Amino acid sequence: MTSANPTISDRSPDAAEQPSALAEISQETLALTRRLFLQLQRRPSTLVAGVLQPLIWLVLFGALFAKAPAGLLPGGISYGRFLGAGVIVFTAFSAALNAGLPVMFDREFGFLNRLLVAPLRSRSSIVLASVLYITSLSLVQSLAIMATAALLGYGWPGGVGLLLVLITLLLLVFAVTALSLGLAFALPGHIELIAVIFVANLPLLFASTALAPLSFMPSWLGWLASLNPLTFAIEPIRAAYAGQFSLTAVVLEAPYGDLTAGTCLMVLAGLAAGLFLLIRPLLDRKLT
Amino acid sequence: MIELHQLSKRYTAAKGASVPALNDLSLQVPAGSLYGLLGPNGAGKTTALRILCTLLAPDSGTVRVAGLDGLADPRGVRRLLGYVAQDVAIDKILTGRELLQLQGDLYHLPRRQRDRRIAELIELMGMGDWIDRRCGSYSGGMRRRLDLAAGLLHSPQVLVLDEPTVGLDIESRAAIWQVLRQLRDGGTTVLLSSHYLEEVDALADHLAIIESGTVIAEGAPSSLKAALGGDRLTLRVREFSDASEAARVQALLRDCPGVRQVVVNQAQGYSLNLVIENDGVVEQLRQQLATADLPVFALAQSRPSLDDVYLQATGRTLMDAELAVAGSRDPKAERKASM
Repeated sequence: MTSANPTISDRSPDAAEQPSALAEISQETLALTRRLFLQLQRRPSTLVAGVLQPLIWLVLFGALFAKAPAGLLPGGISYGRFLGAGVIVFTAFSAALNAGLPVMFDREFGFLNRLLVAPLRSRSSIVLASVLYITSLSLVQSLAIMATAALLGYGWPGGVGLLLVLITLLLLVFAVTALSLGLAFALPGHIELIAVIFVANLPLLFASTALAPLSFMPSWLGWLASLNPLTFAIEPIRAAYAGQFSLTAVVLEAPYGDLTAGTCLMVLAGLAAGLFLLIRPLLDRKLT
Repeated sequence: MIELHQLSKRYTAAKGASVPALNDLSLQVPAGSLYGLLGPNGAGKTTALRILCTLLAPDSGTVRVAGLDGLADPRGVRRLLGYVAQDVAIDKILTGRELLQLQGDLYHLPRRQRDRRIAELIELMGMGDWIDRRCGSYSGGMRRRLDLAAGLLHSPQVLVLDEPTVGLDIESRAAIWQVLRQLRDGGTTVLLSSHYLEEVDALADHLAIIESGTVIAEGAPSSLKAALGGDRLTLRVREFSDASEAARVQALLRDCPGVRQVVVNQAQGYSLNLVIENDGVVEQLRQQLATADLPVFALAQSRPSLDDVYLQATGRTLMDAELAVAGSRDPKAERKASM
């Protein structure tokens, strides 16, 4: 340490200029997002594992039914092609489900307190940074899986189809991220959060149309699958892969009625909005 | 500069019992002073500082910093304060510089000003050799310096430090003391909590003794000591006495002329702490002991110290107070409250 220090008490020109709220919120949000990406860059195992796991699903599960009788699946497509949409959605879903973990660790290690004593313009910046980070991470992982699926010969949705796929994934990621962040503030510690993630993950996959069409399921499971948010993301994407881009086309014949791609997207959007509203009080309690 | 008025706070512990942490605590920190909060672990120092820094809402009471109401305008208060917490929370994956950059952005410093300020603080804290290494590799002293730098980044008018030198080596401690003195000399108001007597004695120009969540004595260290008056004697008849012998000696000396007080100090092997009027009393006491056929292992005389101020105010030494609370805290509940 040096002893000469003429500058230690120089005051920041606090009142001199008041930057706009938007500028301040974007400064703090970008700084928090940058931190999450620096962590990812230096500890890329989450990214690698997040791509590797669905990749294994795609290759092994796709091969499992390779010799199934032709024409077994609706539309006569191969199982690999059928599975593609499910695995893409599962990739985005798993990544988003982990959104709460960094926040939970910040709570446990006391880093969150460092953020809370700072004069943040809006504490939503903390949540916003997580949403930005997880959204880009899960979209990158999903695109990696889509590229691999294309290489395996399971197809690629062109132009409008790609847009439809991305929008669907985005809505699902928002909803699941909201849920996970809410849990990160509601549960007592990371052990509990990981337990919830672990328990929620596979059953939600199995009780959806990711691995098998509704027509294969007993009616009780068919009902469950038709209420599962994952199904609402899988079916429009599957339709897009099949070259069908119309929002008014029926993508799922659910036991309670036919669902169009547009309805699926609306349900996902409603779910995301609803969940963010629902967890709001939780965030407020911990963040104000 | 800082006014805490009748703060009360209770924590809910396990099984629904509620534990008082603060009990009508009031405190006034003058602008430009270096103010020490002295008290044993568990006295409520951290709770008071967390309330001041807007991390915790009090059950009742008010907080004012530079005229701003901390409960009505927490963001205004946050902008004025730099807070250096007790358990330093840093991100192991980031480098020290990246952490400071993040901190600067959270305080909305313009980029050029931020980077210039970071460079100044690296120089001031002597962090140049390791600031671009990841925080995970830092020693305790390095972390504490980095955290102090983070607290100073936005040049706050008020710096609040919770036990800033706990567990530090002597060199790091001296370095931090030096910075705190420089800050005070530069006009910054510094409020620190400590359970080290010598730290508060060496640094603070004002202090408050906190016990069981309330302030029991307050003033400048020198005037608190002067107000006590008299001289202090520490007497040991044997290297290790037992309780009954200590009580016997206490009874023998208590009523001697010129002796104001005799206290048995359990934490120091049942030695006796005496307060006497003047030097002449010492010789009388020696004679008394000789007459009663008691040996003298050690007899030390001193002016009143801060420890005596503490003893006078609380009826026990700081060390005894520490020992008393050591087993009675609930670290799990405290940690939960801080999440």
